[in-house]
Amino acid sequence: MSLDQAGPAAPAAAGPAPRKPGRQSGGAAGRPGRSRRSGRWWTPWLFLAPALILFLYFKFIPMANALTMSFQEVQPYLGNKWVGTDNYATVLQSHGFREAAWHTLVLAAGQTAGSMALGLALALLMEGQSRRLKFVRSAAFLPVVVPLAVVAELWRIMYHPTGDGMLNSLLGMVGMGPSGFMNDPDTSMASIMVTGIWRGAPYDMMIILAGLTSVDRGLYEAAKVDGASRWQRVWHVAVPGLRSVFSILFILAAIRGLRVFTEVFLLTNGGPDGSTEVVMTLIYKLGLEQNRLGVGAAGAVLLFVATLILTVVVQLLRRRESK
Amino acid sequence: MSEQTETALGLTESRSAGGRILRNVVHLLVLIVFAGPLLALLVSAFGHVKDPTQLSVIPSGVTLDNFRVAFDQGVLRYLLNSFFVVGGGLLLQVAVSVLAGYALARKVFPGMTLVLVAVLATLMLPEEILALPLSLILSDLPVVHFNLIGTLAGMIVPLGAWGFSILVMTEFMKDVPRELEEAARIDGAGDLRIFAQIILPMCKPALGVIGVFGFTMIWDQYLLPLLVSTDSSSYTLPLALRTLRIDPAVTPGVVMAASLLALLPSVIVFLFFQRSFVSGLSSGALKG
Repeated sequence: MSLDQAGPAAPAAAGPAPRKPGRQSGGAAGRPGRSRRSGRWWTPWLFLAPALILFLYFKFIPMANALTMSFQEVQPYLGNKWVGTDNYATVLQSHGFREAAWHTLVLAAGQTAGSMALGLALALLMEGQSRRLKFVRSAAFLPVVVPLAVVAELWRIMYHPTGDGMLNSLLGMVGMGPSGFMNDPDTSMASIMVTGIWRGAPYDMMIILAGLTSVDRGLYEAAKVDGASRWQRVWHVAVPGLRSVFSILFILAAIRGLRVFTEVFLLTNGGPDGSTEVVMTLIYKLGLEQNRLGVGAAGAVLLFVATLILTVVVQLLRRRESK
Repeated sequence: MSEQTETALGLTESRSAGGRILRNVVHLLVLIVFAGPLLALLVSAFGHVKDPTQLSVIPSGVTLDNFRVAFDQGVLRYLLNSFFVVGGGLLLQVAVSVLAGYALARKVFPGMTLVLVAVLATLMLPEEILALPLSLILSDLPVVHFNLIGTLAGMIVPLGAWGFSILVMTEFMKDVPRELEEAARIDGAGDLRIFAQIILPMCKPALGVIGVFGFTMIWDQYLLPLLVSTDSSSYTLPLALRTLRIDPAVTPGVVMAASLLALLPSVIVFLFFQRSFVSGLSSGALKG
């Protein structure tokens, strides 16, 4: 039951890039005559229909609706009124939205950087084949598969703000005063960030470990012979070999960070004093609690554009670098 | 794999006493930080926790009281809702993905590139951003005018098509040898037969991958059930955790007992399918 045995999708043996052209020409594209003979023109569409209908209903129509709603004042049962770019102006001028956008950026940046740094450290420390390492790695990976709602409830209890809360009693042992964690506007953002890093770092560790297997072991030997220290081997051999892994992890994590909702909703719901309000919790409140759907949709479209720009920019940078 | 002994830090094969101590300390720290909180969850779920603030890793006797209270609060119903949603969602998702994968991998037809771009585009559309319009659509599906709000179907159907599993299936089905298909075609088999009796049986490993990922993805859903459910009778277990916590009569031990039930299925699936999980994870991420 593994990709390694069954298909060429195994990441370890060959790099992912060189497979593509061979497979496409070996596939249907090379012999169009055969597939034309094999069935009527609508056969593929029949097979695609369930997927396309579901995508249409639950992805593309909602996206189109979000766009139109963002230019309208949405009034259920009364008909929508076209208001042009008013919603966007409202959103961009609102202090709350700018605050939320800033919090989202801080949270996304902190979680991305923290998870990747910790993930790299863990991967380097726990690279290897022994049974015990495999056990420790599996145990460390568990947070990734724990449902977010459970993560939030668990950390909520661990963050209990009085002296006998779990983390506070640990802090007490090293002589630090009880922290308010999520109840204190000064530490609330950091608390959410730590929870996110706890769940994100093991994921990054696994991806980086997979990336490390493609680094040529001989290079370590060569570096060692040349008298390179451990850190030089990491910095000059392992890290350059991981460049594409890093950029993919970066995109994934940054997008995840920008659209963060569940953890914040469950841990603080934006509080205290709006110190952890992020764009998605704000949109949720605008749309579903205050029924200002048009303004909420404008916020969502802006968030989507930000995500898109980020992805495109990182891809362009990667392409330029690889040239 | 045993020849791969050399690592960047060279920590694992360091034989000196210092290296060994460092290694043990690192492993212990990693276990404490990443598995410790989950151990605390386990212990509190089975412990006598009366104090509303405490969570402990030291067992204070084993009791099922927390589970009893949790079941009195209707946790069984939420659990059944969750199982129903994940079962239905996974069946639908796998069926949709293998059908679409077959067309995309084994056929050449005008508009194919457009379909592939559309599938990729759905991966770029975060569900969170679609939340508001989606909740409107779910209350009145265009053309057919169904209202899915307040139903478990509303939590299942939107997850039916997932770009990730469609792409995994497509990639995998491309590698089934053409000759098999041609032989069947000469014997007079139609598309449906070739799909069901030749292509699909050869894709079992890929089915494992999309099954594991689909399960984890659906089990972890929060926003969609939140949008769809109107009252607690249609809550899934993750949603119910919040209602439990808000109830002043409920101790953290009870919340942890319910949390344990909510996390157990995904942990079991992960432990059983670890190999396809991790290899699928890295091949998916590294392909980008």
